[in-house]
Amino acid sequence: MSEITLDGVTKVFADGFEAVKEMSLEVGDGEFMILVGPSGCGKSTALRMIAGLEDISSGELRIGDEVVNDRAPKDRDIAMVFQNYALYPHMTVRENMGFALKLAGVDRAEIDSKVEEAAKTLDLTQHLDRRPANLSGGQRQRVAMGRAIVRDPKAFLMDEPLSNLDAKLRVQMRTEVARLQSRLETTTVYVTHDQVEAMTLGDRVAVMRAGALQQVGTPAELYEQPVNLFVAGFIGSPAMNFMPAELSGGKVKLPIGEADAPEGVGGGRDGEVIAGLRPESFEDAEMVGDLRNERGVVFDAEIDLVESLGSDLYAYFHVESGAVESEQLAELVEERLEETGVPEVREGQEQIVARLDPASGIKRGERAELWADTSKLHLFDAESGERLAGGS
Amino acid sequence: MERGGREYALWSIGIAVVLIFALIPVLWLISISLKPPEAITDGRFIPSEVSFDNYKSLFEGGVEDSPFIKPLINSILIALTTTVISIVLASFAAYAIARLEFPGKRVILAGALAIAMFPPISTIGPLFDMWRALGIYDTYLGLIIPYLTFSLPLAIYALTAFFREIPWELEQAAQVDGATPFQAFRKVIVPLAAPGVFTAAILVFIFAWNDFLFAISLTSSDASRTVPAALAFFTGESSFTEPTGSIAAAAVVVTVPIIVFVLFFQRRIVSGLTAGAVKG
Repeated sequence: MSEITLDGVTKVFADGFEAVKEMSLEVGDGEFMILVGPSGCGKSTALRMIAGLEDISSGELRIGDEVVNDRAPKDRDIAMVFQNYALYPHMTVRENMGFALKLAGVDRAEIDSKVEEAAKTLDLTQHLDRRPANLSGGQRQRVAMGRAIVRDPKAFLMDEPLSNLDAKLRVQMRTEVARLQSRLETTTVYVTHDQVEAMTLGDRVAVMRAGALQQVGTPAELYEQPVNLFVAGFIGSPAMNFMPAELSGGKVKLPIGEADAPEGVGGGRDGEVIAGLRPESFEDAEMVGDLRNERGVVFDAEIDLVESLGSDLYAYFHVESGAVESEQLAELVEERLEETGVPEVREGQEQIVARLDPASGIKRGERAELWADTSKLHLFDAESGERLAGGS
Repeated sequence: MERGGREYALWSIGIAVVLIFALIPVLWLISISLKPPEAITDGRFIPSEVSFDNYKSLFEGGVEDSPFIKPLINSILIALTTTVISIVLASFAAYAIARLEFPGKRVILAGALAIAMFPPISTIGPLFDMWRALGIYDTYLGLIIPYLTFSLPLAIYALTAFFREIPWELEQAAQVDGATPFQAFRKVIVPLAAPGVFTAAILVFIFAWNDFLFAISLTSSDASRTVPAALAFFTGESSFTEPTGSIAAAAVVVTVPIIVFVLFFQRRIVSGLTAGAVKG
């Protein structure tokens, strides 16, 4: 058995910076666990503590049943795939993959057969005698994977292994990693900042922010029941739309209309809240048919921009309102600004993205009638950002 | 194209000028070493008659009587020993400086720099007295110690720069792969730092090989006198002849080991050895 258990693990760097705060996480035997979060959230530090490359300031780390806090990386029986692959440039692919076995004193014939088997799995057989410098990015990535799998370790630790590949290769390798992991059934902890990777790969996903674990759950749980604004905004692409709302007497007053409050909101919670609605909860009012009479709200909006992807159509519009203010959201906005250079939130307006039926005839610059499925509404506390109710 | 051609021509002329400037004295030395004693002052660049007598005289009489063979052996042994010890110590020190945070790191670097800047001449007097008191005056050890002192800072600086170039992940990968820190150092870091190690080795060897100051001050006999010092004691065939010819011949001979050493190690200084290790 090789579960990995973090029990109140904390990392404080020499300069006093607390990179990981009281992190408790259980990764089951054979489970594929994803650590995801924006850059600087402590996910890599957490992984490096599991690997033994970073000392644990306090708390307990167990692999299997043994506490490994003070064990050197070599005594933890784990394999790691680095973001930049870290292949040994002076060794051939064969030597790279066999290095760990050679250090362990395995005899030559066995090393050879194991390396060749792994090479076959990863389609590297014809490259075994080449050096990393002569390989393409994708091949190097596969060698890095191969170096991990030949050892048959207790756990794989992967630190953004696909982030250096181009988009197409990344998607291809993503499925390959998933297939490999499910076949080998080796406990895996995988760090990424890409929420798409997190959602598609993991059995469970752990979302981190500023060193603290926010939520751990299956991709579906995170998507449907995010515990706070941060998780809600981080998981999903395009991100969840947020707007200020007012809760009173079982009703939610939104900038786009009034709707029934989701079940489970206590009467005592009346007042300002933040409402979240995913892009797919919107639809062109003409396309919904009878559903519009059944539930949801219908409203008018001026469409700023339409992006048609063939399978989907994204309509951007904005609603007038006092801006949503939240520390958690501010961080997300900043992150997105870094990535796209476009601020999502303008003063006094909320930009909303709606994912519509591609058959919709909505055009840029026109006013259109849209429908929002308010039964999918998420409500969050305006102060703390904690989830109040909603989702499904 | 036109401009490229002109640039190429200008560069060629420039390089040729530098080459001629640097090589003429060497050629002159070779020319003198090939002249018989009576023709040395004839002022001709190309000797009218070529004679190898000067070279022969260097090696005449075997190890016992030749003024040159024993110093040559001394030079080789002292320079090689200095190089090996210096590189081993410096690579440990440089590795620690490049990779670890420890108290006193700055002090070590500053100290190394201070020693490198320290004028060797001011240490000669004290060393002379100390070495005589300790009984290592005119021994190999007596020369190797000061050579180490002055070559270590150089080697540490050169190697630290090289170790810093090596991605740290490689070492971590080795550790995760099951290597002890020393195995990671020996099997991953050292092979990758090889170009740096050889560069530093060449620099140290040349320093020890060329030193005159310590060699002349801290030796008194052929027991440990190195070639640069021994040249100063060359005598002519008779008390009336200048030993110019044999000095020139000896000077030519002492450059040979340096050239061999550099050529040998230069083959190992393959640039771009770390290519392909990490992406980016």
